[in-house]
Amino acid sequence: MSGLIKSSLARKVVMALSGLFLVLFLVLHVSLNLASVVSPDFFNEASHFMGYNPLVQFVMQPILIAGVIIHFVMGFILEAQNRAARGVGYVMYKGSANASWVSRNMIYSGLVVLAFLGLHFYDFWIHEMAYKYVEANPADPTRYYVETVEKFEPIWRTLIYVVAFVLLSLHLWHGFASSFQTMGVNNKYTPAIKSFTKIFAVVVPLAFAFIAIYHHLNPITH
Amino acid sequence: MKLHLKIWRQKDANSKGQMVDYPLNGVEEDMSFLEMLDVLNEQLISKGEEPIEFDHDCREGICGTCSLMINGRAHGPDTRITVCQLHMRSFNDGDEIVIEPWRAKAFPVIKDLIVDRTAFDRIQQAGGYISVNTSGNPVDANAIPIEKDVADQAFNAATCIGCGACVAACKNASAMLFTSAKVSQFALLPQGQVEATERVQNMVRQMDLEGFGNCTNTGACEVECPKGISLENIARMNREYLNAAVKA
Ligand code: HEM
Ligand code: SF4
Ligand code: FES
Repeated sequence: MSGLIKSSLARKVVMALSGLFLVLFLVLHVSLNLASVVSPDFFNEASHFMGYNPLVQFVMQPILIAGVIIHFVMGFILEAQNRAARGVGYVMYKGSANASWVSRNMIYSGLVVLAFLGLHFYDFWIHEMAYKYVEANPADPTRYYVETVEKFEPIWRTLIYVVAFVLLSLHLWHGFASSFQTMGVNNKYTPAIKSFTKIFAVVVPLAFAFIAIYHHLNPITH
Repeated sequence: MKLHLKIWRQKDANSKGQMVDYPLNGVEEDMSFLEMLDVLNEQLISKGEEPIEFDHDCREGICGTCSLMINGRAHGPDTRITVCQLHMRSFNDGDEIVIEPWRAKAFPVIKDLIVDRTAFDRIQQAGGYISVNTSGNPVDANAIPIEKDVADQAFNAATCIGCGACVAACKNASAMLFTSAKVSQFALLPQGQVEATERVQNMVRQMDLEGFGNCTNTGACEVECPKGISLENIARMNREYLNAAVKA
């Protein structure tokens, strides 16, 4: 691990692999969320499975949390080192002349996503942990759909989620293709990877945002 | 034309510098940027002031010595050229031009606009060589056939002139483009294979030791590089590095 911190290239690889891992997780997450729009029953079943399967709970969940932590902690380390590497700053610096805004502001899009993850954990994960392990409530395979839709009743939460998805889109717009370059892939497939990145960076956050807005507009009538 | 120059002045490595305003009249479009500075310096000398120190040597875009940040861009507003190839026709009468040295912790200012780029030399020394027994070596290098496109790629990597614009332009002051060009020019050729593993590891280690930043793939270096060194070289260096890590 100390070797990883020492070499700039190893740090980049950690960043890229943890980022790609999170991208994979996003695909899984968005697919499940879409179920909440298409089939509440399937959404309940799948959520219940995820919530009570020991492999998911005690192996995959810790790996995911570790992946997030490794990614943003490494991001902060890189950012601090990169700022220090400039030393005296320029009086005039035209970053926009040679690099895209998203690529220059990964730390800010990442920070917004991180802040969002804080809220998101509070909304769902903390609640879930308390329900299962603190209050020790019995398993109820039918509660997930209602709980999820109720979360999006307040407009403020729906809006925060949508804004976070926009920033996630920007983060992925650069990050996804960038991780291939970091892993040494720059060849005849690179234009295709870049095109795919743009589609992915729009479609996935758009789907997340759609689901949040959909539930906000279709509240459960008691 | 008449210009309003704002130029970084710094007495020596230990002094604190500052921007100083210099109005300059009678600049002609056909002057190169460095000739424009020569004109200013002659005026300063005739007034008994100290001339502005800036690096230059060949003045034809091949040595990589000239190094100025002009209006926030490495080697000025045009692409694929060095400062010595930049001409005043790229500017307009009445323009304000901000001139600063390369900024990187690994490139400390020596005086005014001159920075110390020996960090690049040390990266090169760490692995930018091949071991060939030159005494009584009967094998001519040209006797080894190399595919044309591979030879071209190696040659393109070798056109890096070590100017440091990549570091200057990068928001992270990363030296990855330079180092990757120097790794690639050997990695692509059979003569470079003997030391391949240690080369990339040693050069990257030296690059880190010098205090350059981490690449975040913004691509600024590639845009500002006067020789058009491509990001493909950085990907190649990353591959070489990953391969070396697997082998070791
Ligand atoms: C937790 C908050 C996050 C922070 C603070 C953060 C920060 C960063 C930073 C600083 C970089 C490096 C910049 C660069 O290489 O251009 C980066 C790269 C990346 N991030 Fe994030 N990020 C976060 C969350 C995410 C999430 C949720 C995903 C994906 C779903 C993600 C995917 C990526 C990818 C793919 C890269 C590219 C790696 C590379 O360039 O080699 N990040 N992130
Ligand atoms: S890679 Fe380009 S910008 Fe960097 S030192 Fe070489 S020639 Fe200059
Ligand atoms: S002085 Fe040699 S490249 Fe500009």
